[in-house]
Amino acid sequence: MRKIIAIILLFILSFAVLSSISKIPFGISKTKVGKYYINNGIEQTGAVNIVTSVVLNYRGMDTLGEVTVLFIGAIGLMAILSTITRKTEKKLTPSSSILSTGCKFLFPFILLFGSYIFLNGHLSPGGGFQGGAIIASAFLLKYLGCYEKRINEKKFKVAESLGGLVFILIGISGLIAGGYFLFNFLPKGTAGTLLSGGIIPIIYIAIGFKVGAEISGIIDNLMEES
Amino acid sequence: MNFLFNNIYYIGSFGLIFIGLFILMTKHNLIKMIIGLNIMDTGINLLFITIGYVRKATAPIFSKPDLNPQNMVDPVVQALILTAIVIGLAVLAMALSLSIRIYQFYGTLDIRKIKEQKW
Repeated sequence: MRKIIAIILLFILSFAVLSSISKIPFGISKTKVGKYYINNGIEQTGAVNIVTSVVLNYRGMDTLGEVTVLFIGAIGLMAILSTITRKTEKKLTPSSSILSTGCKFLFPFILLFGSYIFLNGHLSPGGGFQGGAIIASAFLLKYLGCYEKRINEKKFKVAESLGGLVFILIGISGLIAGGYFLFNFLPKGTAGTLLSGGIIPIIYIAIGFKVGAEISGIIDNLMEES
Repeated sequence: MNFLFNNIYYIGSFGLIFIGLFILMTKHNLIKMIIGLNIMDTGINLLFITIGYVRKATAPIFSKPDLNPQNMVDPVVQALILTAIVIGLAVLAMALSLSIRIYQFYGTLDIRKIKEQKW
């Protein structure tokens, strides 16, 4: 009965949505601000990847807020789960030698790939968030493969705090050098090379460390409960 | 048929959103409701990317110098969705941890059986 009512409601809603959606043209560029960013992005920010220049330069403040939301999410998860009394240590069967050797072999390569992704965030698809997620997946592999190893929570906290601190310090030094928060005060370099884009690669490295540490912390907290 | 061809991506993204809404309306298990929220999230992300799409255009990255800047998709919605994905992850993690606590406190995930939740 409840399902039938839900389906009828969704049908009414879908007619209302379709009548408005069918007027929006598909596959045509619609906004002027996107065109502006594409036409002027390289000379104003020095980054080849326009999405990166929007995320970190034109809308750097939004990214700071986003990083803060992720930080609050990780902290809240830790606060909620930390009040649980821990059960006694479970007996774990050690993983087979093929599995543990395999994940020990793959672990540095996944870290390398993640750092490649966040170092090349201004040149190719990718960036700090994606690279951080890949680094966290390396730690997830370590949890699933060789279960006896836990991450060092204190070092991860240090990495996380340093990442956030570097972001804010660069923003404030932009305030001192150029007059507004997150001003791109470093030389922009030739577009397309690794050392270009001014502050963009530095912020992306900081975000990569921060997001990697945060998502690893979330994985660590959730794995302890299972 | 022509209508379907012109709007297939809109229909797909709203289909995902409605699937999520349907799960939220009919299911009683907290984990299933969180999964429904996440499916809705994916649908909204897909809708935004669809709005920014331009036919036969390239990604907004000047990886080669001979790329035509007039023939690129909208970078603003992609930057917005980059933000939205991360926030969706944070919300998902928070919701899962809260449901862990609820299960340990009440011994059930069925929202009909949690008496203190009724108002």
